[in-house]
Amino acid sequence: MDILVCVKRVPDTSTNEIEVNDAGTDIERDDLVYSINEWDNYAVEEALQIVDRVGGSVTVAAVGDDESDEVLRRAMAMGVENAMLLSGDAFAGLDGRGVATVLQAAAKTKGIDLILTGAQADDGCAQVGGMLAAMLDQPFASLVNMIEVESDKTLKIGREVEGGEQEISRIELPCVLSIQTGINEPRYVGVRGIRKVASVEIPTMDAAALGLTAEALAPQVERLDYFTPEVGAGAEMLEGSTEEMVAKLIEMLQAKGGMK
Amino acid sequence: MTQIFAYIAHKDGVADDTALELLTAAAAIAPNAPVTAIVAGNAPQLDAVAEALAQGFAEVWKFSSDSLAQPNAEIIRPVLASALPAGSIVLMGHDTFAMDMAPGLSIKRDVPFVSDVVGVDGLAGDVLTLVRQEYGGQVSAHVQTNVAGGAVLTLRAGSFAPAEGAGSGQIVDKSGEIGEPAMRRVFLEMAAAEVDDVDISKEDVLVSIGRGIGDEENIEIAQELAEAMGGVVACSRPIVDARWMNRSRQVGTSGQTVKPKVYLACGISGSFQHLGGIKGSPFIVAINTNPKAPIFQAADVGIVADILDFLPELTEAINGE
Ligand SMILES: Cc1cc2nc3c(=O)[nH]c(=O)nc-3n(C[C@H](O)[C@H](O)[C@H](O)COP(=O)(O)OP(=O)(O)OC[C@H]3O[C@@H](n4cnc5c(N)ncnc54)[C@H](O)[C@@H]3O)c2cc1C
Repeated sequence: MDILVCVKRVPDTSTNEIEVNDAGTDIERDDLVYSINEWDNYAVEEALQIVDRVGGSVTVAAVGDDESDEVLRRAMAMGVENAMLLSGDAFAGLDGRGVATVLQAAAKTKGIDLILTGAQADDGCAQVGGMLAAMLDQPFASLVNMIEVESDKTLKIGREVEGGEQEISRIELPCVLSIQTGINEPRYVGVRGIRKVASVEIPTMDAAALGLTAEALAPQVERLDYFTPEVGAGAEMLEGSTEEMVAKLIEMLQAKGGMK
Repeated sequence: MTQIFAYIAHKDGVADDTALELLTAAAAIAPNAPVTAIVAGNAPQLDAVAEALAQGFAEVWKFSSDSLAQPNAEIIRPVLASALPAGSIVLMGHDTFAMDMAPGLSIKRDVPFVSDVVGVDGLAGDVLTLVRQEYGGQVSAHVQTNVAGGAVLTLRAGSFAPAEGAGSGQIVDKSGEIGEPAMRRVFLEMAAAEVDDVDISKEDVLVSIGRGIGDEENIEIAQELAEAMGGVVACSRPIVDARWMNRSRQVGTSGQTVKPKVYLACGISGSFQHLGGIKGSPFIVAINTNPKAPIFQAADVGIVADILDFLPELTEAINGE
């Protein structure tokens, strides 16, 4: 099975406080820690596990600037053989549809049986996988949390739905699946592994190489600004020393029945 | 004139709560546009849903087929792509089915797609301005798109107040449009949620931990506090993904819905999927190092502190009394 995994380099929300810059044109990017999009990390691991079981190859592709090679190298340190960096001036300011357009052009440069994306990324749009499938006219399933290879024609998959239930289906190959967190336990990537692939040459493709015109990439959805979310009623914030806050909280908890 | 369609999810013969929220959002987009509800499924449940929706919507399109006994985006998407009139704006709740269906529908109809919309700023000419959130709700953004040719939008549950029903609508049977369904993805079965010895949905006190707990061994700190308070430990999704706790302990839309008297959110950022599990508005206490964490908007009481220091102090004080 030849698998393409689409990965994105994003600011890590679990370690960063994300704030809007003064002009409201972007988030404050100084001092941000970047990492691979959490959902994509599970997708890379899943691809590697599938190939371990049934054979084949894994390629990772990222649309982004030069620094995106960092997440490609991280995937290579996990065991992925091939990477493609999809980069160039024409790819600045793409919307989700533009990203999907670039990825489908890249997918067509290789024989691919299965494409995996993360279920969503930092913008929470959850759109690239579904758009990519429609562009390639392949079947799609989102929020996949189980994959079993049945044959070279079909997969048995589980999708996560509300309330913790899992919807089990059979899907035809080639197809596109967006991967939900928790599908596997992504392997640890050590500094040693990263160092090993540090000097690997990663092929870069731009719009011309992919045969894409500016028109095909023109955004349909544009972000006007960023702003700090409107503050609703909000919490009553406790202040003071730890002892004072603890004492006040215990009083409140007792009043609300939160104490045996 | 803009025509708006609202795709309504349903389960066990009952329309999703978001149905009337979509009607409110539609009015915010185009106050006078006719709004048609769309439901897909099979009889008899579908008929009950269609009739209930006709109380709120002026028109209801019904797509009935045995192949739709389970929602299957791969079947419905091509049907809608061809059945909807040009220029239509399609609204859906931002749920797991919409994630399956909506992005591809926008491509097949060649219209813009905006997902997980939390606000509508209005239509100026053909340009629609919407509000979204990014980075797990830490920042908001206005986005703009030209809807002259139509659009597909998914809307976050709870972001729009439910509208008043408009009276008795007309049900139109569109089942003939389904034709020979595409079967590239076939439903096999629904696997039930995991169960555990502890049922967090029945507890009065939940000490809920999130990624802020940092390490598996730190969970002990939360367990000691829960014990002191006479409650149990629950968690956000990353804790389950890391295999530190069972899925049955996960609070949220893809986990359990809980209604304790007191909910202590410890090192949890407050994503909408997590908050979706504590809708019963218990007394929420949030403890987080980031004063701007979205959880402080949903909580009743907030404490800016490191849970690794604060929880043991709280436990000690409770036990010492
Ligand atoms: C379809 C779908 C369904 C989902 N369903 C669910 C669901 O059911 N339940 C769920 O929870 N999530 C769900 N999620 C995931 C959700 O979007 C968030 O990713 C998740 O809730 C984040 O968990 P968290 O708050 O623990 O982690 P984070 O968002 O990483 O937040 C960690 C927080 O801890 C704080 N912190 C860090 N260190 C400390 C410390 N020492 N002391 C105090 N605070 C600290 C940080 O400031 C931060 O606010 C779902 C996502 C999708 C796409």
